[in-house]
Amino acid sequence: MALLATESLTKTYGGRVTALADLTVSVEPGIIGLVGANGAGKSTLIKILLGLLPPTSGRVSVLGLDPTTDPAAVRARVGYMPEHDALPPDLSAAELVTHLGRVSGLPRTVARERASEALRHVGLHEERHRAVGGYSTGMKQRVKLAQALVHDPDLLLLDEPTNGLDPAGRDAMLTLIHRIGTEFGISVLVCSHLLGEVERICDTLVAIDGGRLLRADRVSAMTTATDVLAVEVSEGTDGLAARLAALDLPVAREGRLLLVPLADEATYDLILGAVAELDLPLHRLDQRRHRVAELFAPREPSHV
Amino acid sequence: MSELTGVIHDIGYQRYTGPRLGRRHVFGALYLHGVRTAFGLGRSAKAKIFPWLVVAIVLAVAAGLTAVRAQFGETVMTYAQFADAMSWLVIFFVAVAAPELVSRDLRSGVLPLYFSRPLPRGDYALAKLGALATALWLLLGAPQLVMFLGAAFTTGDGMSGVWHELLDLLPGLLYAALWAVVFASIGLLIASLTGKRAFAAGGIVAIFLMTTPVVGVLSIMPSRAINELAFLASPSTLVGGVGTWALGDLLVPEGQGGGMPIGDFGPVYAAAAVLLVAGCVTLLLLRYRKVAAR
Repeated sequence: MALLATESLTKTYGGRVTALADLTVSVEPGIIGLVGANGAGKSTLIKILLGLLPPTSGRVSVLGLDPTTDPAAVRARVGYMPEHDALPPDLSAAELVTHLGRVSGLPRTVARERASEALRHVGLHEERHRAVGGYSTGMKQRVKLAQALVHDPDLLLLDEPTNGLDPAGRDAMLTLIHRIGTEFGISVLVCSHLLGEVERICDTLVAIDGGRLLRADRVSAMTTATDVLAVEVSEGTDGLAARLAALDLPVAREGRLLLVPLADEATYDLILGAVAELDLPLHRLDQRRHRVAELFAPREPSHV
Repeated sequence: MSELTGVIHDIGYQRYTGPRLGRRHVFGALYLHGVRTAFGLGRSAKAKIFPWLVVAIVLAVAAGLTAVRAQFGETVMTYAQFADAMSWLVIFFVAVAAPELVSRDLRSGVLPLYFSRPLPRGDYALAKLGALATALWLLLGAPQLVMFLGAAFTTGDGMSGVWHELLDLLPGLLYAALWAVVFASIGLLIASLTGKRAFAAGGIVAIFLMTTPVVGVLSIMPSRAINELAFLASPSTLVGGVGTWALGDLLVPEGQGGGMPIGDFGPVYAAAAVLLVAGCVTLLLLRYRKVAAR
């Protein structure tokens, strides 16, 4: 069963502003990065997934449930961390998370226990009894994450979780999200406008732009297909190209470089063998790992 | 315990497989949280000052009345009159509690955290309304209970005297409930319109303050019907009118002037009160439908 699935999902505001246009995507459980520029439709998609906004047309399912017809059932199993400030300043983190746990349907004592557990997991210990108003941005983000986690959801929807954090705080937050997705066994959808940030922790990436799907795929599939070896020899480039082509390697030229897709370790040996056989002066041979970002660059032909 | 040995064992994340309670419990949790909030419980010391000051005043007044009655056998106020006499305190209490309940949530942006949970939008508003009404009712009802206990223990007629007091108390509590519902629905609606607590508090006091002169003007118009309907113009006199009609001499004992001259328009007052509350609740629900979609 797909974790999330949309079919021709469209949302227009007031009939003019299009937030989502004919979006069809389906993703499996895991850590999913939802990337796109500001205004690409990420927050709109999250609100539709939560059943807070009705789509203009199209279908959507979350954990096999339909948020348009059964929002309560979806929300009981989903945790949401909003992008903006969402914490009343004069409550302590422990009280707030306990209260929100109860609103999610946890019995009183369970809510209290799970609230302190959730706060411990996000790295708040003694501070949790202090008023949230005095917290740093990083601590507030952690409280927002803890309240999304308190009722043990099957899916977390995190809207720009690293917003406002310094580099160290970003790393800590991403590590935490990665842990939740891997060790806790909770699927996570991370929204971000920074692809470089989420690609490190995600196993699936969904990129949208202007409400349209650019690409959705597993990160592993994207990177293996794009790892290439760059070979440079001081002379005899043409000869080497012909030789490699004869070895059934699809060679492409890029200036003085020869690019060979990296199938497996044997590709190295084949190239080194060919170079040695032709007795060419090898200048460099290195693996060029395409950043996922290049895959999402719009209107650009494939590099391979 | 692991702490005692100085070693913290990370038992890791544990999934929750226990029961998840339904809508009724969620509503109850939010309602109870609201009642506590109204009295500043679970909040900073600063938030407790005003509510408990008001509570102290009404209890002190009730204790004084009880003492006077026990000492001199003179009933200064009936139970129902007590609510009327305390109306200004109730208004101030609403002006502080209602913004605390809803404006704060609007301002801090906590609403997305509520509405992303299995909590229907209307339930949020109704739980807050119920909480405020309950807090007001407790505020007016608790002193009446003090008065009742004082009267019951000092009565000279034994059980029949206690029974008689109880029959006086119950309409008083019902009347307090009417105050509570009317004031809570108006106050909460106004507070739900703004995230700024000071604005909300000012708005609430203004509504009650500004409508009182209207009553004054209407009641000196040269028309008996207008005079008798004048008390519809302000929420506090509207409640008084309903009380005069429904409770009669329980509110104002015979021979003691000061009841509202509403003529035969009693049912009109009752209908107006119902419409006012219904209107406020409807607008409140509409308001939260819009807020949640943001």
